[in-house]
Amino acid sequence: MTSKREWLEHTYRGAAERPARFTTLSDLELEPLYGPEDRAGDYDEKIGYPGQYPYTRGVYGSMYRGKLWTMRQFAGFGLAADTNARFHFLLSQGQTGLSTAFDMPALMGYDADHERAQGEVGREGVSVSSIHDMLALFDRIPLAEVTTSMTINCTASIVLAMYLVVAEHQGVPWERLSGTIQNDMLKEFIAQREWISPPAPSLRIVIDMIEFCAKRVPRWHPVSISGYHIREAGSTAVQELAFTLADGICYVEEAIRRGLAVDDFAPRLSFFWDLHNDFLEEIAKLRAARRMWAHLMKERFGAKDPRSLMLRTHAQTAGVSLTAQQPMNNIVRVAIQALAGVLGGTQSLHTNSMDETYALPTEEAVMVALRTQQIIADETGVANTIDPLGGSYAIEALTDRMEREAQHYIDRIDEAGGMLKAIERGYPQREIAEAAFNYQRQLEQGVKIVVGVNKYHNEGDAPVETLRIDPAMEKHQVARVREMKRSRNAGAVGDALRRVAEACRSGENLMEPICAAVRGEATIGEISDVFRSEFGVYTDPGWL
Amino acid sequence: MDERRLRILVAKPGLDGHDRGAKIIARALRDGGFEVIYTGLHQTPEMIAEAAVQEDVDAVGLSVLSGAHMTLFPEVIRLLKERGADDVAVFGGGIIPGDDARELGTMGVKQIFTPGATTEEIIKWVHENVHPRQ
Repeated sequence: MTSKREWLEHTYRGAAERPARFTTLSDLELEPLYGPEDRAGDYDEKIGYPGQYPYTRGVYGSMYRGKLWTMRQFAGFGLAADTNARFHFLLSQGQTGLSTAFDMPALMGYDADHERAQGEVGREGVSVSSIHDMLALFDRIPLAEVTTSMTINCTASIVLAMYLVVAEHQGVPWERLSGTIQNDMLKEFIAQREWISPPAPSLRIVIDMIEFCAKRVPRWHPVSISGYHIREAGSTAVQELAFTLADGICYVEEAIRRGLAVDDFAPRLSFFWDLHNDFLEEIAKLRAARRMWAHLMKERFGAKDPRSLMLRTHAQTAGVSLTAQQPMNNIVRVAIQALAGVLGGTQSLHTNSMDETYALPTEEAVMVALRTQQIIADETGVANTIDPLGGSYAIEALTDRMEREAQHYIDRIDEAGGMLKAIERGYPQREIAEAAFNYQRQLEQGVKIVVGVNKYHNEGDAPVETLRIDPAMEKHQVARVREMKRSRNAGAVGDALRRVAEACRSGENLMEPICAAVRGEATIGEISDVFRSEFGVYTDPGWL
Repeated sequence: MDERRLRILVAKPGLDGHDRGAKIIARALRDGGFEVIYTGLHQTPEMIAEAAVQEDVDAVGLSVLSGAHMTLFPEVIRLLKERGADDVAVFGGGIIPGDDARELGTMGVKQIFTPGATTEEIIKWVHENVHPRQ
């Protein structure tokens, strides 16, 4: 019988090898082949079975044989009514959950009529300033039946409060609401960079929301611990895995410090990964993440409830991998990335549209993206067998490698005193900037290839049709917001905002006062102004 | 003769946090031998024009990926002019459709780099098109 070493010496060395570096997208060097010799550890301990600790093969016992992943396309543009129409369209096309994109002013805590909102209203997402916008956004959407994801962070507390008030209008009790709000402020400072106040008070608001939801909105996911933006900012897959889990550790530690029992909130923590081009590496990343989180929750935090140990996740194909050149190629990239997400065992998935390097997607492009998921689900057969790649020598070796390399980073962050301190010192920020710069250099040297960009490029690609936002929309929304501010009870708004300010100071949970304020027509910008004056304003240190 | 190095302000206007490109360009320009000042995120056009004058730069590179380029570029140009700094070369990059890039050109933006542009190309362009202000 031949050993791997003998095969390498006698057979492989004599065969031809292309003059290439055989590395993953994240620059991990790969061996020519993995075999039984590369397996480390006991099968049950490292891999096990789906729905069983350490959940490497999936968090649920029957995985996609029980229920397919949720097909959740991120949507939002223009006025609330425009996005509401897109929601109804997507639901009519077989989408199974909603996902809301807000515009930059809402994401940064400015109303549409603020000077800083100029030119940005309804551009990268839907414009929401007050409860009236939120009511229009979810018009005729039964909140008791759909699950809604909302991608918003430094103003998440305000938007969640608005969603709760919309539920009141629909007569749906908060206990029946189910969905996710991103609300991951640590990764904002690391990567996505939407913030109002400094890291410490921002973290306090996140913990307020975890605490409030655990008690009052028990089916809601109050934070989606996100690697997506870390990767999109240029990190490697290992950094994405490590920094995201380190963020998760920080939230768990803070919530415990607040006095919550780990099993009271941990089952509602969820995750969000990027799905990039390196097929095997991405599958390994998702599998390693589940195993690492299960170990962390059980061993480090003493969680007993199995649901606390399960890393449930959303995933999205990598926006950063899409190319403006030969945009039709993006359909293929998205399909392969989405397949990695499914083989990696994701619970929900967004597939990007091929035209998203230019603008928000057209309806036609969104349809192809959604159909891509439906083809994977209904035609390819990959959903028929649970974790079909489990036990593959290469996948298991790569899963172990991701875990090892990520653990190294987590140890360094622990030694530095945890993620909050690491962020304040700019550690993850600099690591990511370094990785992004290295990747750019490798692209320019042709070490890494992007088809249509630095290889196989064509001159004069035909442009694709893109979605155009009518500038009149902004004027209309600004007028609407101003009119609402004129007609409401200003005295009551002032009182409600003072209550929010008092809670900022006293340390009382902010969610009740914020709910009261939005009910009384206080806006995102006004409540954010309270955060600004009470907690201060964070400015970008501009680290290169 | 003591020839001074070109000074370039790399600026990130608007509310979005897409700073990967701006930081890569800033670093590459610095490695390419220019003096680079990076503003950080979330700058208003006023802050950028003010920084350009204060720092006495020869060029301003704007990175916009939020779709607000047709508002932000002309405003920076107008404010530079207002401060008597209309000889500062303004260039930029980001998610900017061809039609918009052409229109920005007529408004005084010297060059727009779109996705796929290499740092080498940008450094070369700066060498050839940016001159020390008098």
